[in-house]
Amino acid sequence: MTRGAGTGAARRRRTGPAPWLAAPALGFFAFFALLPLVGVLVLSFTSWDGLGSPEFIGGSNWSRMLADPLTHNAIWLSVKVVLLCLLFQAPASLLLGVFMAGKQKWREVLSILYFLPLLFSSAAVAIAFKSLLDPNFGLGAATGLDFLSQDWLGQPDLALVVTVFVISWCFIPFHSLLYQAGARQIPTTMYEAALLDGANTWQRFWQITIPQLRYTIVTSTTLILVGSLTYFDLIYVLTGGGPGDATRILPLHMYLTGFRSFDMGGASVVAVLLVVVGLTMSLGLNRMSGSHRMDSQQEGA
Amino acid sequence: MQTKRRLSVVAALTASIGLLAACGSGVQPGEGSDAGDGESSAAGGSATASAWITTGSSALWADSFEWWNEQNPDEAFEVEAFANDAYKEKIRTAVGAGNAPTLIFGWGGGGLKEYVDNGNVVDITEGTQDVLDRVIPSVAAGGIVDGSVYGVPNAQSQPVIMYYNAELFEQVGAEVPTTWDEVMEVTATFNEAGIAPFSVAGQSKWPYLMWIQYLTDRIGGPEVFQAVLDNEPDAWSDPAITEALTKIQELVEADGFVDGYGSVVADANADLALLYTGRAAMMLQGSWVYSTFKADAEEFTMDGGLGYTTFPEVEGGAGDPANIVGNTSNYWSVSADADEAAQETAVSYLNEIIFDEEYTDLLLSEGGVPPVTGLEDRIAEIEDSSFVELAYGMVRDAPHFQLSWDQALAPAAAQELLTNLENIFLLQITPQEFVDNMNATIE
Repeated sequence: MTRGAGTGAARRRRTGPAPWLAAPALGFFAFFALLPLVGVLVLSFTSWDGLGSPEFIGGSNWSRMLADPLTHNAIWLSVKVVLLCLLFQAPASLLLGVFMAGKQKWREVLSILYFLPLLFSSAAVAIAFKSLLDPNFGLGAATGLDFLSQDWLGQPDLALVVTVFVISWCFIPFHSLLYQAGARQIPTTMYEAALLDGANTWQRFWQITIPQLRYTIVTSTTLILVGSLTYFDLIYVLTGGGPGDATRILPLHMYLTGFRSFDMGGASVVAVLLVVVGLTMSLGLNRMSGSHRMDSQQEGA
Repeated sequence: MQTKRRLSVVAALTASIGLLAACGSGVQPGEGSDAGDGESSAAGGSATASAWITTGSSALWADSFEWWNEQNPDEAFEVEAFANDAYKEKIRTAVGAGNAPTLIFGWGGGGLKEYVDNGNVVDITEGTQDVLDRVIPSVAAGGIVDGSVYGVPNAQSQPVIMYYNAELFEQVGAEVPTTWDEVMEVTATFNEAGIAPFSVAGQSKWPYLMWIQYLTDRIGGPEVFQAVLDNEPDAWSDPAITEALTKIQELVEADGFVDGYGSVVADANADLALLYTGRAAMMLQGSWVYSTFKADAEEFTMDGGLGYTTFPEVEGGAGDPANIVGNTSNYWSVSADADEAAQETAVSYLNEIIFDEEYTDLLLSEGGVPPVTGLEDRIAEIEDSSFVELAYGMVRDAPHFQLSWDQALAPAAAQELLTNLENIFLLQITPQEFVDNMNATIE
């Protein structure tokens, strides 16, 4: 960014709409986003069980929650969920999206089928999967296939993977849609040139499609990261954080601490932790992808 | 004081914003709530009382408010209904923010005690003598804190009962177990026949409680858990609790529970279905599931397929085998934030309507067990008499009726208990680890 561009922006701002036009929006933002955030920060230094008045107890909630193995477990699980979601969703949606941008037979029918999961509410999806995965009355019992009769959601090792699978099932359609749009933006001339040079399908995908989709990859990855970090409703309905603590990720940990154990101070600590982790992650990604590199797409290609 | 008050405003505001976001519709009862300062209430004149009830199996509460409103149009109740779990989370926030309905629906135990300690509910000893005279004393005791009445029972007593599939017992030629040794024997018998001995809804966690509660009571008597309630240091270290946990894990290791019990859910009544479809032979559940058995498998239930009995004895145990566990009842308490007229309306409703003849009959017709004295003759006449007789007799004759531990304890300890107990059933921790974790919750 040069100095000239900076002063240009300043001049534009002077002639633009008056700043107070933003007041209503800022007001709403302050009331519904900033005030509760400050409230939560204040609450994290108090002891409050939801009845009576909160009492200031200094940093003891913080030292207690940060030393609590449940919190460590929740942070670790959240990281696991983010990584597993990324490993599973990103390649699957990339392949699906590129396929959907092509010209194959039946492609449109398949695209509609792939898109369906996104139309269901996550509570409904969770209830449906819970019934399907039921070891005694679910898929396994209906089809008579023994390997489907696992205790899918009742075993600590299996429950998290199953949960990630269900989340991915819900969200892959959305990310494929992003990739489909991205893939359609790639000029066909590039593929024609590659064909003339004798590149096969795999080489064209690897050498043209992937590099051309890099900004879509950044966008989709950011959404997957932040989305899986704050994931709540589906897991809440599907496992309730169990068995034991096997799927008690940060947002669930916050909710259960606050509204089941009625430890509002402790829950506020977790909430602040969640805000910090979420902000760090999306800021970090933003920096890694770099806003100036985002701009350059319009000049290139 | 000043900062404290300001802080509570911030806290209430934060909580209600959270609640709005969580529930979508944050309906607050109108009149009763904001008149707490006393000055504005006299002018308005319309002292409508309010009550929140839970939806689901029973039409009892809704019907009783309808009767009352027909007879007392000047003192009508504004009634709103919520799903059970949603209600549990909403009511506490409402009470904390001073927005509670006039009548607060609860489970007694640790939750009620907290309301009393914070001055959220009023002493209603005066004015509720009539209703308490109708109720079985051990159940009425659930609403009494430090000698004063803060809650009036309003629903059926819910003892935990051992249900069994009589057809399966006939098939394998076994007797219904009456002692723990027989439980282990019959477990082996059913496993040999390829039938799961016990059904349990593990994913819901709370059904696990029934096991540790009965076993602890049979082994060590009610004093063991009373020590926990009294916050005695290391109360969970009582050998009776360790023995109960060990017995549970022995039963798990002997394949006592149905395959995949960790993902069976009680909300969908999958645990009941396992029993009446012949996949599991026995189950511990509250008396409230009887009406579901009847609805889902009427022929099986009414034609002798469904059996019911008391929890087996444990040989050499100190507890009386007639002791029961479960939910003593639900309770109505009167909010301290309501204005005086609304409070008076609430108390007269409690005294006149609750467990009068009509109310009791309606409960009996639902297959419920009214915690009311002297019902033997009326029970003998109803369709479900054999079940209600057993449950009523259990409640009437029990030397001790232990309220479900998750309700008896304060919420934080209750959550810790449910999680640790689940880990015991899943063999993730040892009894000793359970005891250490739970001792840490005693303050």
